[in-house]
Amino acid sequence: MSVSAEQRATRHIAVALGLTTASALGLAVLYALGGQSQLEGILLALALGGLGYAFVVAARRLLPQGPFTEDREPLASSEADLEGFGSDFDRLYQDAEGEEGSGQALARRRFLLRMFGAAVGAMGLAALFPIASLGPRPGDALFETKWRKGSRVVDEQGKPVKAGDLKVGGVLTVFPEGWVGAADSQTLLIRATDHAITTRPGREDWSPRGYVAYSKICTHAGCPVGLYQHSIQRLLCPCHQSTFEVLTGATPVFGPATRALPQLPLMVDENGDLRAQHDFDQPVGPGFWNRER
Amino acid sequence: MLIRRLARWLDSRLGAARFARTALNKVFPDHWSFMIGEIALYCLVILILTGVYLTFFFVPDSREVVYHGSYAPLRGAHMSAAYQSTLRVSFDVRAGLVMRQIHHWAALIFIGSIIVHMVRIFFTGAFRRPRELNWAVGVTLLLLALANGFTGYSLPDDQLSGTGLRIAYSVLESVPFLGPWMAFLVFGGEFPSDDIISRLFTIHVLIVPALIVGLLSVHLGLLVRQKHTQFRGRGRTERNVVGSKLWPTFTAKTLGLFFFVFAVCAALGGLAQINPVWLYGPFKAQAVSSGSQPDWYIGWLEGALRLMPPWELRVAGFEIPNPFFPGVLLPGVTFAVIYAWPWIEQRFTKDRAEHHLLDRPRDRPVRTGLGVAVLTFYVVLFVAGGDDVIASHFNLSVNDVVYVFRGLVFVLPAVAYYVTYRLCKELSARARLPADELALLARTPEGGYVEVEPGVEEPGVDEPGVDEEDEELSPSS
Repeated sequence: MSVSAEQRATRHIAVALGLTTASALGLAVLYALGGQSQLEGILLALALGGLGYAFVVAARRLLPQGPFTEDREPLASSEADLEGFGSDFDRLYQDAEGEEGSGQALARRRFLLRMFGAAVGAMGLAALFPIASLGPRPGDALFETKWRKGSRVVDEQGKPVKAGDLKVGGVLTVFPEGWVGAADSQTLLIRATDHAITTRPGREDWSPRGYVAYSKICTHAGCPVGLYQHSIQRLLCPCHQSTFEVLTGATPVFGPATRALPQLPLMVDENGDLRAQHDFDQPVGPGFWNRER
Repeated sequence: MLIRRLARWLDSRLGAARFARTALNKVFPDHWSFMIGEIALYCLVILILTGVYLTFFFVPDSREVVYHGSYAPLRGAHMSAAYQSTLRVSFDVRAGLVMRQIHHWAALIFIGSIIVHMVRIFFTGAFRRPRELNWAVGVTLLLLALANGFTGYSLPDDQLSGTGLRIAYSVLESVPFLGPWMAFLVFGGEFPSDDIISRLFTIHVLIVPALIVGLLSVHLGLLVRQKHTQFRGRGRTERNVVGSKLWPTFTAKTLGLFFFVFAVCAALGGLAQINPVWLYGPFKAQAVSSGSQPDWYIGWLEGALRLMPPWELRVAGFEIPNPFFPGVLLPGVTFAVIYAWPWIEQRFTKDRAEHHLLDRPRDRPVRTGLGVAVLTFYVVLFVAGGDDVIASHFNLSVNDVVYVFRGLVFVLPAVAYYVTYRLCKELSARARLPADELALLARTPEGGYVEVEPGVEEPGVDEPGVDEEDEELSPSS
């Protein structure tokens, strides 16, 4: 290497390390002054970049370049080593004096080893049981919500919803009274029309004065079905674009969802408050293997 | 002198000079593609450094609190202690935001570099005997990195990550027979439970990192034992490794790379906003926004969930719900095939020999074609994960976008396979032209080029692969 090339590389490295030192000191001053995220990032990048540059220039210009060759030894061991390992390992079957035992002694040794395996296996199995403490059994949790017969419908602030509160086309996230925020009970209250509607046979009195209520949990992957388009009477889940037809009982018409959103039967009490007639008649939310038990 | 004395002091107690000397002389190939795995390693170092700092401030607790910090728009809002502490790190801890953002950027680059590293190993056949085991270790490391990315992303308990957790819960719930039970065990009850944040924290900062560090040691230990692979070239054979020695040239080079990787993460962490959880708000189970996309490495699963047609299996009163297929079956099959690939390929090529010299991708048209096709499949899924963003950006109906992607996800990989296969065949055939059909060019001192008669001058063999070992290049199948 010519002297001038080495001198040039040395100069580059010196400048880069100088930049690192200056940036690092700048970082300290900046921190003491109160810090500022963008400048912290820039100064840290400059300090680290200077170091990186110095090392790379040194590696490429100042240090031995090679190429160097290293021999690759065969990976597999020799037959003798393998045999030796095997016979040493078989000491397991020798007796206290280091003698090969008789056939019966060998059988006894094998029996002990099998017992040992069973003991360890049983202990491992026993150790698995505390895992069950990590969560309750699902039980009925997935099959019911907090909605009960006569539950008053309240909004996210806990205020009861009256039959006159929503205009046609209006929509509100509601909960059963006393359970605001209960994830499995979140329900979308929609005033789809101005008159009672029947979404499906058997649900004749479920939607008084045009109010329909559907579980807000998408039957696909559980996202809240948040978007109501009144003009086409559809609900859209923004996560995976499952789309539900409001007037026909929230039947899925697009996207990956396979099932309609469960409908909450509503009624209006003598004070004009909206109430649930009873809980959803099927599990809310995404499917699971025994949903139809 | 001092160093020499220290070395003697140590050696008289350890007797490690011979071993250490071998280590200093270990040879590392110089090809740039060998740096990608190092980038992943250095991202891990950055993640540990910044991550430890973050643990000093983060509170893994779902307990509800009222916010009184310095971010005005959320003052008075009810939120979890976890979310509150994330806001505190971002706004009230000096240097906290830059640390948090470096951590997040490093995580994104970590997983990206692992995948690119794996792609390099795949296309050059570096997974072949004797490295099948290390391939499996590497695939496990990718899985662990994905797991830690997702758990870390979920910790702040913001609206966006909470939606991701809700979907993960539903996917878990969809597993036949065990689903509801597994979901209840992992989350500690019905979604959203009070336990999940603290559990994710333990998984994110203890369990998975310990597994990663342990398996990474195995990964590197196997690498040292089996030595590096290398591309073909002058002086390189199956019986040697050619490159730079560990000390001092490779050490300087790789330290330089470490600092450059760190510098890039620092610049991104300072200048490029990432995961601004204060804009998403604290998690509420009944809230959601459109345009919800996960971190990039989960995008393929998100896309698969979106493209899946509304199918499910119902047999004798039991059902296998829709999310099971894109959310459990697809990743299950994906990783099963990736794990088994070295053995799958062996079955077809009957090639069970040791290989230390790498394939050029074009000389293995079937493998390369399959690899490109599979990558195309996952890239299409990834893009489909943003179908709502695409639809609103280009003013299209999201339904049409979904229909198009449902087709593309099968058509494009087939096209990609065919094009890649043809390209490889063509390139490979050209490289194999006999010497008298190749024109040899020489550069004149003035910068012009003249054709040289073959045999007049030793042709340059700088390009590995076009050398006398050409015969060995052909696939041995």
